Amino acid sequence: MPYNFTVSPDFTPDHLSGWYIFNTWLQKALGEAVHLEMYNDFKTQRDAIEAGKVDLIYANPYDASMLVREKGFTALVKPKGESDEATIAVNANNPTKSVEDLEAGVKVAITNDPDVHMMGLIMLEPADLNSANIQLNIRDNYIMVAKDLLRGESDVGIFLAEAFDNLSSVVKNQLRVLVNSQIHVIHHSLMLGPALAAKQEILLQALMDMMEDEKGQGVLKSLGFSGWEPVDQENTEFMIDLMDTLMV
Amino acid sequence: MIKDMVPEDIVGDYKETTLELYGIGPRRILYTDIEAPYPDGRLIVSRTDPEGLITHCNKSFVDMSGYTKEELIGVPHSILKHPDIPPVIYKDLWETLKKGNKWQGFIKNLRKDGGYYWVKATVLPNVRNGEVIGYTSVRRKPSRNKIEECITQYPSMF
Repeated sequence: MPYNFTVSPDFTPDHLSGWYIFNTWLQKALGEAVHLEMYNDFKTQRDAIEAGKVDLIYANPYDASMLVREKGFTALVKPKGESDEATIAVNANNPTKSVEDLEAGVKVAITNDPDVHMMGLIMLEPADLNSANIQLNIRDNYIMVAKDLLRGESDVGIFLAEAFDNLSSVVKNQLRVLVNSQIHVIHHSLMLGPALAAKQEILLQALMDMMEDEKGQGVLKSLGFSGWEPVDQENTEFMIDLMDTLMV
Repeated sequence: MIKDMVPEDIVGDYKETTLELYGIGPRRILYTDIEAPYPDGRLIVSRTDPEGLITHCNKSFVDMSGYTKEELIGVPHSILKHPDIPPVIYKDLWETLKKGNKWQGFIKNLRKDGGYYWVKATVLPNVRNGEVIGYTSVRRKPSRNKIEECITQYPSMF
């Protein structure tokens, strides 16, 4: 039976093939068969985790708590120098100058990406806005969020900062950023489940060595990463505590 | 453990008072009416040990407090205590944490230069293997309406 690997559904679409390349590298590094299963949404992925169908996951910070504290996962590495941030933007023609100008009833386009959802709502708090007094328009992806703003179907869009940066310049020029988060300490992690615990040292060493050889660098490039940084247990516990403080 | 505030560090006209800090004793406080606006999109993060001594703080904490990181690590978190915050607020905070629960509220923090900044603060105990090894505190930008409510209510709570 191969081990099962999955990736948080909020990955950048441009890097889909990169994860398949990474999975091929992973099988070589572990000397084991690994099946990559990409889930379309967070709920389906969580159901798979609950059913014990995931042994290795590139997880979003929101799920880290459940994976570590309930499922016995261990965080191995995070992408070097990367953190999860959110961007709040409006149509360039929108007269709103700052978040504080927004009022109850505002229409907010967002995906169901849980950590961006949380960071976005935190950034709306200074205007006394919360999920009870705004109209949330849930969209399938960040391109749809941008389209919502361009068509005037939503007043405000909440984006994963990386996804906003990756929008085409034609689209970005028609939007205006109200605020970017600068949280720095929330990040995705590659996490190992109990079934692969015995392989922790081998995999960590292989991930660290990736940055040193040409093939490894190619794989990293296909994921859009410059390398990996090790994450120790206390770093992960700290991030989980931090996420707990932010969840209302 | 916490130095008294000194006039050389203060920017602008200041008032003087003495605060009795829990477990530390009296501290000379010099404070002004100058507010430092909370920067958009930032989170101020710190951690303390079980006694409330700062073990970690991020750049936003350093920037907003006006102290250097070296001045902050190892000192009690009450270095930020402002005389306008009623002691009952801190009492509620500690009683909530001691019960193992998360505390949330609005706090006016004192800067090294005598100025202040308002935050929406969330504090929670860090539990490892059933034991509290410290506390994580995260501050975010509060709404102006909430600050105005606190400015009205807090003086009556002394």
